[in-house]
This record gives sequence, C-alpha cells and structure tokens, in this order.
Amino acid sequence: MRLLLFFLSVLPLSGQVTFERILKSPTEPGNWLTYSGNYAAHRFSPLNQINERNVAGLRAVWSYQVNSLQKFEATPLVVDGVMYITEPPSHVTALDPRTGRPFWKYRRTIPDDVRVCCGQVNRGVAVLGDLVFIGTVDAHLVALNAKTGAVEWDVPVADYKAGYSLTAAPLAVKDKIVVGMAGGEYGVRGFLDAYDARTGKRAWRFWTVPSQGESGIDTWAGDSWKTGSATTWVTGAYDPETNLVYWGTGNPGPDWNGDVRAGDNLYSDSLLALDADSGALKWHFQFTPHDMHDWDSTEVPVLVEGQVRGVKRKLVVFANRNAFYYVLDRTTGEFLNGKPYAKQTWAKGLDDRGRPIRLPNTAPTLDGTPVWPAVAGASNWYSPSYHPGTGLFYVAVREAGAVYFIGDADYTKGEQFNGGGFRSVPGEQDWGAVRALDPATGTVAWEQKLFSPPWSGLLSTAGSLVFGSTMEGQVFALHAETGKPLWRHQTGGQGHANPISYSVDGKQYIAIAMGNALHIFGLE
Amino acid sequence: MVQWLMLLFSPQAQVLDLPAVNHNPYTAEADLQQGRKLYGSRCAGCHGPSGNGGKGANLAVPSLPRAQTDLGLYKVIRYGIAETEMPPANMTQREIWQIAGYVRRLGASSTEVVDGDADRGRQIFAGKGGCLQCHAVGTEGGVMGPSLTGIGRRRSPGFLRSKLLDSAANIADDFRAVEVTTRDGRTMSGIRVNEDTWSIQFRDSAGMLHSLWKQDLSAIDAVRRTPMPSYRDVLDGRDLADVVAYLSGLRGAN
Repeated sequence: MRLLLFFLSVLPLSGQVTFERILKSPTEPGNWLTYSGNYAAHRFSPLNQINERNVAGLRAVWSYQVNSLQKFEATPLVVDGVMYITEPPSHVTALDPRTGRPFWKYRRTIPDDVRVCCGQVNRGVAVLGDLVFIGTVDAHLVALNAKTGAVEWDVPVADYKAGYSLTAAPLAVKDKIVVGMAGGEYGVRGFLDAYDARTGKRAWRFWTVPSQGESGIDTWAGDSWKTGSATTWVTGAYDPETNLVYWGTGNPGPDWNGDVRAGDNLYSDSLLALDADSGALKWHFQFTPHDMHDWDSTEVPVLVEGQVRGVKRKLVVFANRNAFYYVLDRTTGEFLNGKPYAKQTWAKGLDDRGRPIRLPNTAPTLDGTPVWPAVAGASNWYSPSYHPGTGLFYVAVREAGAVYFIGDADYTKGEQFNGGGFRSVPGEQDWGAVRALDPATGTVAWEQKLFSPPWSGLLSTAGSLVFGSTMEGQVFALHAETGKPLWRHQTGGQGHANPISYSVDGKQYIAIAMGNALHIFGLE
Repeated sequence: MVQWLMLLFSPQAQVLDLPAVNHNPYTAEADLQQGRKLYGSRCAGCHGPSGNGGKGANLAVPSLPRAQTDLGLYKVIRYGIAETEMPPANMTQREIWQIAGYVRRLGASSTEVVDGDADRGRQIFAGKGGCLQCHAVGTEGGVMGPSLTGIGRRRSPGFLRSKLLDSAANIADDFRAVEVTTRDGRTMSGIRVNEDTWSIQFRDSAGMLHSLWKQDLSAIDAVRRTPMPSYRDVLDGRDLADVVAYLSGLRGAN
C-alpha cells in the first residue's frame, strides 16, 4: 500500500498531453503546452501573480547553462511539472522547473557536413500524448518518450546534404505533428509536412513551390521553381473552427537575384492556410511578390477576433519582415488592412488587395542599393504577442536598412545559392523598439525604444506585463497598457529567444534563454 | 586519458571539428569562383566588396596578422574572433576553404601603391596634424581615439586616405563622441565606450570613465559625431600621401 502511494505521488509528473488539452490551454495556465502558448499563437499567459504592482521585486531563481556556443533560441514547454527545452544543435533536455536540474537528456550526433545558413539552432519541441518531438538540423523528425527521453521513432524528413534542415518547433494538431523546414539559402524546394504522431508515417506534404502542371507554376520562369526555396522554418498557428493551419513561408531562391526567377514566385513570402487533415491549400496571401531582399514571411501568424470597418471578423494578423503590418480574414484570406510599422523605402504602399506598390530603383544592383528594412527585416522569426485584456498586439521592431547587391546565381546541390549579398548602410545607427499596435488597424498605441534592433520575442501576461529582452543582455518587463519599463535584469548574454511563463507549486515564473543559458525569474 | 578528457570538456573541444589538412584543398578556379560568391554575401558587408576594409579589417593585403597560415584563416572564418564583430560562420568545410582561397586571392591581387614619404608623414602626424593628442602609436599618444599601432595591417591605404578627408565616415562604434546633460543641469562629454537602452558609459578628455543611467539624463547627443577633424584643408596632396605612407607602415602588435 505504501508502495502504491509512492507511485501515485510520482506519476503526476508526466501526464498525457491530449489534443483537447492543447485546445484548452488557457484553462491550465500553469503549463505551456505549445510553442506559442496556445493555437492562436498569442504568446499570452493568463497568470497574474507577477503583475505591474510587484514586478519590481522579480528575482533570478535559477539558470541552466547549455554546452554550446551556438545561438540558444529555444522556447521551453512546461507540462505537469516537467520543462522540455531544446539545446543547440538538436538536443532535448527535460528539466525540473523548480530547481533547474535535468531529469533526462537526449543528445544527437550531428554529421559535420550539415548545411545551416545561420547557426545550428533549434527553437523548441512539441508535445503530444506521452511523446516529445524535435526537428533536427540533419533534417530528421524524432519522437522521444516524455518520461525517459528514449527515441520512439526517428524519420528522415529531407536530405540534409541538399541543404535541408529543421530548426522550428513542430506543431501538434489532432493526431499529427506539423513540421516546417529550413534551407532557403541553398536552393531547396520548400514544403510543409505532417506526420502521424504515433508512427512517424508522413500524413501529408504541401509543396510551397508548385511543380509542372500545378497551379502557380506560371509564376516561375523556366525551371527556376526547382530551386525556389519558400521554406517554412517558423511555427505557425491553428484554428479549430476553420480546421486550418496558418503557416508563413520564406524567401524565393536565390535570395537577391530576382532576374533568374521572373514572376511572382508563389508561394514564397506568403501566408498559407492549409487543411489540417489533408494539407490541402484553402487560401494563400503573398506579402512580397518576387522578393529580392530576403524578406522571409516566416513570422508567427496571430489569430484574433476583431472589428474591421464596423464588421466583426475572424482575423489573422501578421507583422511582416518587409515592414508592413497586415490584417487578413482568416476564413477567406481576404486582405482587410495594412500599413508600415517600421521604416521602409521599397514600396509606395499597399493596393486594395494588399499587394505592394513597389518603388523604382529598389532592386539589388552590382554597386549596391540602400533599402529599408534591412535583410533581417523589421521583424523576424521571434514571436509577437497578443493580450486579450488590453486588446493590443505587441511586436519587437528592428529599425535598420541595408545595402543590397546582386550576384551570380549558379545552383550546385548543397551549396549556398544566394545570388548576391548585403552590407549595413554606412553612417546609419540601427535601433529597435517594442511597439503596441491596435490589431485591427496597425495603429501604434505606444512605443518603448531599444538601443539596438532586438532578436527577442515578447510575452504578455494577465499581470498587465510585456516581457522581452535586448541584445545588451537585459530581460525587461513593460506595462502592457502604457509601455512604461517596470523591471529589468542584466543576464550578460544576448537575447535570441522568446519568453514564456508557467507555474509550479502555486508560484509563477518567467523563463527566457539569454546568451547560452536559460534564465528563470520569480518573486521572492 | 586525463588530457583527452580535458580536451573533450574544455572550450578548445571545438578543435575536434577542424579539417584534417593544414593546406587549403579547394583552390581550383571553380572553388575560387564559388568562394567569390560566398564572400560577396557573407563577408563583403564588413570587409568591402573588394576586401579593402570598412567596418571589418582590410583583407587585400599580402599577409593577414590573425591568419598567417591556411588553417589559421580557416579557423578565423569558422570560429570568428572573440570580443570582435567577426562572427563564426556555419558553413561546410568546403565552403569555408573556398572563401579562404578567395581571401588569399584578394591579398595576392592587391595593387594599391603607397608612394609617400613615411618619415615626413611621421613628422606631420606628430606635428601639425596633432594626431597624437587622441591616437596612440605604441606607448605614445592619447586614448580618445583608436590606437593606430597596427593600423597598417588592418586598414588599406585607400581607406586611411578617405578617413583623413572624411573623418565622419566609418566611426568605430566604441569611439563616438557623446555629450550628456543631467537632469540637474550638468553637461559632460567624452568618447562613448558602451551604451544600452538604459545606461551609457564614456571616457572624458582626462581619461576618466563614467557610467550614467539614462533616467538621470535630460539629453544625450551621441552617435554621428567624431572629435576627429577633417584634414581636407589642413594637409595638401603631398602631406596626405606622406601621412598615409606612414600609417600604412605601422605594423605593430594587434
């Protein structure tokens, strides 16, 4: 009997994460069950123990060092008293969220010839049932036993030698694991995949670049579609009512030489709405047709309800790398509103259907063309946040331009396929900001300036707070209604990750990776 | 065994993924062409399209102080240079070698001619130029500007010439002039050594270090100014050539 009680007291450490639990994640605010906190990708925590009145007393509780000098971009998940993080390049560690001590570790041996343009990074796991899922830089999807870290299955998603890799956190939807891929600087052909969570068998694949005979092929000159990229390297959103998965796509390949791929280059730099069961395309919206500046639309699509011109609509809103903020109807893909949310010099504006009206002399040239925003964009992969209480959309903004060059574009499998390059604009001082926008219009409600363009996402909480971090090492909290800075802590490492919040034993914590360590903060 | 374990757990464990060869195995013309492309997208932003420097060091020189051997150059590209803006690069060994080969070609093809009189340049530098007030060469000179001890290894003659004429261009991030006004009305100035969203650090003309919270300041005038004057109206063509010749010959430590 005593033995039975012992087991009963230990078992709750790892419960089953059903699809229904993720659907209702706001009802268990102590956990963080999916990359963006909920399927609508709000990155909002309903916890309010830490709030605008006591946040000044927030203190470091523990930290966990990773044994890698690669960028540490992981969003942790927290499930019933266990925290799951990824570490660069493609490791998983289960931590005790009270103490920071590891329960188990999954360590993957990565071939030394993997191709990853921008770091052997990983942004997090998905959890479903009693499995934990990670996409690896050698382009495998791996399912681990949530209790032990043992490999349950390991399937190749693509050929890493051709430049494919997986860095995004997968998204668990129903009985499937949706996983995006990277490799947009290697002339890959992009896709979004879903796998049966139990077996690892591929359930569907949507090619983000059409092939001969398919709709959209006429937007690619000649055979250019074969190296068209349009990768899917940032986790999307899901709406159970429309049963659609919303997912952004990356730049067309080659990045800066548009001459070799005349046309709009569908479905690069787009938002895709795919049927979650079949992967069939319901609608698409292309933000930057025929992109020549590497403005991947791999930002996080955020699902909100709102009124546009007096009509209540189901919206998806999107702060794009191209410096425009977009409001779309998420049932139909109809363009409703759009305006710049950062400095841009490449478009006169958006037309009635949301298509940019390009300005002349903004394409990359041999001598270089200065254009705002920079290659890294006005925003990037890091997450925005939506607060249902304040009704505001928060985004970390990069204010920077670049000089863009055109170059040769000869494709060789597995080699970089950029067609040009870029440099910073001489004499310009880049800067950043956290901006709060009215989600239905994009009108700025407030701004908190940052010294440098940030690489950190944002978390908003029911405690009327917005958390984020800087490139100079500070984690900060702003007042969600006014933007006033209320707390900060110097960690000594650059912020390249998204914050989350969770609670254990009735205490709320804030977690964010900074530099090469995960930092946890709580009230004393 | 102990040594092996130390290697495994020490920061130097990165040597484990170094190539097994000391010399660049990818120097065919096709490799150099691929290297040129990679250089254009990955390196030219700081080192300039033809390698003659800018934010990053001048690479169009016969010998690179931090990368005198092929393997040394490979390591600099692969791992970057700590505490500088030179980042590590996540490319295949072959791609890194291709870039390394192209960088060597930039050095070999450098044709910049320095025809001034370096001795006369040194006199102008220390005399009417007044350069030592702010810049050090060896142990002599000031600290308000960057040390010029090894400037000839890092900057091309063309870059040095344009800097003397247009001093406001390419101001080093940690050598910008700053003037701050405190909320109680005091004004202080110096050279900014660091800054973030909430604080600023600078060195005043006496060499004293200051750190202030921005919340205590009513104004910060920073970033686009440099105390360095333009020498356009101070030096004639011959003076300029002589100073550039002197600076190009400074090849000391660092």
